[in-house]
Amino acid sequence: MGSIFRLPQNLSLKSRVALAMATVLIVGGVVVLVAALAYGRQAAREAYDRLLVGAASDIAESITIRNGAALVDMPVSAFELLALAPDDRIVYRVLDDDGRTLTGYENTPLPRKSGETTFYDSEFGGEAARYVSLTRRFAERSFSGSVQVIVGQTLRARQQLARDIAQNALLVLGAAGAAMALFAWLVMQSALRPLPRIGEALRKRDPTDLTPIDLAAPSEIGSLIASLNGFMARLDRQMQSNRHLIGDAAHQLRTPVAAIRAHAQLALEEPDTERRSRMVKRIHDRAVGLSHLLDQMLNHAMIIHRADTAPRDLVDLRNVAVEAFEANEPAILAPSNVVALDLPDDPVTVRGDSLSLAEAAKNLLGNALSHGQPPVRIGVRDGVQAELWVRDAGEGPPETIRTDPATRFAGDRTNGGSGLGLAIAQAVATVHDGSIRMSADDDGFEAAMVLPKECS
Amino acid sequence: MIRLLFLALIVLLPIGAAAQELTGSFGPNEARQKLTIRSTTDLEVMGPVVESYLFGRPDLRIDYEQWGSNDLYELTASDCKRDLAGAGIVISSAVHQMVRLVNDGCAKTYRSAMTAALPDQLRWRDQLWGISREPAVIVYNRKLVPAGEVPRSRFDLLDLLRPEDSRYRGRVATYDIETSGLGYLLAFADSLEASTFGGLMESFGRSGAVATCCSAEIIDAVIEGRFLLAYNVLGSYALARAQNENRLGVVAPKDYTLILSRGAMIPKNNRATGEASAFLEFLLSAAGRASLEEALLLVRLDEDEGALLESPDDTQTIQRPIALSPALLIALDRHKRGLFRERWRAAFPISP
Repeated sequence: MGSIFRLPQNLSLKSRVALAMATVLIVGGVVVLVAALAYGRQAAREAYDRLLVGAASDIAESITIRNGAALVDMPVSAFELLALAPDDRIVYRVLDDDGRTLTGYENTPLPRKSGETTFYDSEFGGEAARYVSLTRRFAERSFSGSVQVIVGQTLRARQQLARDIAQNALLVLGAAGAAMALFAWLVMQSALRPLPRIGEALRKRDPTDLTPIDLAAPSEIGSLIASLNGFMARLDRQMQSNRHLIGDAAHQLRTPVAAIRAHAQLALEEPDTERRSRMVKRIHDRAVGLSHLLDQMLNHAMIIHRADTAPRDLVDLRNVAVEAFEANEPAILAPSNVVALDLPDDPVTVRGDSLSLAEAAKNLLGNALSHGQPPVRIGVRDGVQAELWVRDAGEGPPETIRTDPATRFAGDRTNGGSGLGLAIAQAVATVHDGSIRMSADDDGFEAAMVLPKECS
Repeated sequence: MIRLLFLALIVLLPIGAAAQELTGSFGPNEARQKLTIRSTTDLEVMGPVVESYLFGRPDLRIDYEQWGSNDLYELTASDCKRDLAGAGIVISSAVHQMVRLVNDGCAKTYRSAMTAALPDQLRWRDQLWGISREPAVIVYNRKLVPAGEVPRSRFDLLDLLRPEDSRYRGRVATYDIETSGLGYLLAFADSLEASTFGGLMESFGRSGAVATCCSAEIIDAVIEGRFLLAYNVLGSYALARAQNENRLGVVAPKDYTLILSRGAMIPKNNRATGEASAFLEFLLSAAGRASLEEALLLVRLDEDEGALLESPDDTQTIQRPIALSPALLIALDRHKRGLFRERWRAAFPISP
C-alpha cells in the first residue's frame, strides 16, 4: 500500500490503522455489495422462476382432450400463484402442435430454444418480462401431440426482492463494518498502551540513571527496548571510562607531576654539576614513567571506546597472538625474557576488533614479562571457546587482583607497570562477550582471555 | 346551486358499431379544462356525484358517457391499441375487463397518499382503483314473498326452488351472463367463491329460472310481480329503487355477500391526466365518498337506522370483495369463458 499512497512518515499509528481499516472496509464493502446485488438478482430470479413454472404446470395439468381438441380449464390457482407478485402483469398462451393459439395472448413471444421447460427473457407490452415455456404431450385415441404452455410475468416483484436482499445485505455489512471499526479502535488502543507507558517510565527516570529499562512489553516493542537498553549500556560504559580517565588522571598524575616539579626545583638550585645531571636523569626517568602511564590510561579509555564502537570483523586469534608477540620484541630480546609462541595449526576465529584484542594481548604479555617468572609463553587454544593465553612460571598476582582483574592500579608498580594492563584486557574481553580467566598450578600461572568462538 | 348547464339525454339504439348509451355534459361549454368520463354507471346515478365535484370548479367541463361494459372494454382496448387519447378516466363495474386493460398496459400510473390508503384488494399496480362498494344482493317482491320465505342465504334459495311444485318455478331471475359483463363477473366470482354455485345453477336450470338483461328491467319485473325473486342484482341499483318503492325488498345473503368495487383507470394516452387524477382524488376523498354514498354507490352493510338493506348481524365475515388482482384475468380466458358459458347454458337454455 505504501508504494501506492505515500503516507507522511509522522502519520500516527492510529491514523495508519484507521486508513487501512477504511480502505479494507470500503473495498470489501464494494465487493460485498456487488456480490449481494448479484446474489439478490439470482435469488429473486430463482424464486419467481419457480412461481412461473408452478403456474405453467398448473395450466398444463388442467388441459383435457375433448372431441379431439385440447381444452384448457384455466385453473384459478395458477393465477393466484402468479398474483404472489402482486404488481406484475401476467401474460400466457397455450398453443397446439401447429402453433395455433388455443387460448391466451396471441402475440406472446415464443422461446428461441426448444425444450421441455425453457426460461427466456423477452418483453410484454413495452415492459421487460420473464417467460417459461412448458410442453405437455398427449397420446390419446382422439388426440396425439403436444401442447405448449407459455407463462410470462413482468419483473417488478423480482426487482423489488433483489433490491430488498441487497439492501439487507448492505445493512448487515454496514453494521459489521461499524463493529469492525469499533473493535479495531479498541484493539489499537490496547496494542499501543505499552508505548506511552515506556515513554512515561523514561520521562520519570533520573538523568544519570542508565540502568536497563525493565518493563514487560510485546515482542515488537521489546526489541525497541532491548536496543534502547544496549544503547544505554554503551553510553554507561563510555561515561564510566570517561570518569575513570578523568579520575585516574587526577589521581595518578598529580603525585608524579608534583615529584618531577620538586626534583626540577632541586635541580635548579643545585650548583654541583654532577649531582644536577644525576637529578636531571631522575627527572627524565620519572617523565618516561609518567608518559608510559599516560599512554596506558589513554589506551584504556581508547580501547573501551573502540571496542564499543568499532565494527566487528572476523579475527584469527593466532594473528593477535603473533602481533602481541612481535610488539614485545624489544623486551623479548633481553635474554631473561625469552617468550615462546605456541599456536595451533588451524585458525581460531572470533568476531571482534583486532586492534582492541591485540592491545589486550599485549597487556597480558606485558604483565607476565614484568611481574611473572620466565619462561613466558603466549599461545592460542581452540576448545569450546577460543582462548588466548599467557603463561609464566611464577605464582601469579595476589588473590585480590585475581578475583577482580578490572581493578586498576592494584599491581605492584615497582618495575614500571602502569597497573592498567589487566583492567584493559578485562574491559576488552567484556565488550567481546568474553572474560579473563586466571589460574595457577604447579607449572606456574596462566592468564587467558576467553572469547566466544565464531564459526567461519 | 347545481351547475348543470346542459344535460343531453340521447338514447341511441345499439345498431352496428358500439356506441354510448347516454351522454351528459356538466360545467360551462367554454371551460378551459375538459374531462371525459366513460363509465358503465348510469348517468342518472353518477350525475349528482359529478355535479358535486364541479361545485367550486367553474373552469372545468365534464363530458360523461354512459356505456355498456363490453362496449366500453372494446372501445378502451382499441383506443389503447391504436394509441388514441380516448377518455380521461374510465370507470367500469366489469372489473375483470379493467384488470385485463391494465394487464395489457393500457393504463397510466398514478400514486398519491389517497390511492396508497386504499386496501390492497382495491388497488392494482397504482393503475386501477376500486372506487365504490356495492354488494350483490337478492331482491324480492315484498307483497308476493311472505316474510318467512324470504331467502337469507343461497341455501334458503336452494330450498325454495327444490320442491317440484314450488311457486317460485320460472319466477326467479338473474343477469344473463352473455349480455351483461357485470352478470358474468358476479357469476364467475360466485363460481370461485363457493361450491354452492354449481348447485344453484342446477337448481336454476331445473326450476326454469330466467336469465335476462339489465338491472333496471330485472328490478322492474320483480316490483311488478312478474318475478318473485332476483339473484345477484347489484345492490346500488336495487337500493336506489327501493328508496321509493316499498314493494322491493333487498337482502344481503348471509352465507357470503360479494362486494363489487367499480374500477377506475386513467388510459395511458390520456392527455388530461391532471383533471383525471383530480377527479379520482375527489372520488377517494371524504367529500367524494359522501357523495358516492348519497348516490348509493358506497353501501355500508352495517348501517343501522332505516336500512333498506336487510343484512345479517355479523357483516364483517360475510363480505367477499372482488379483489382487483390479475387472477381476474382468468374470467376473460377464451376456454374458461367457453366452459363457463357451456355450464351456464345447460341451466339457462336459449329460449326460442
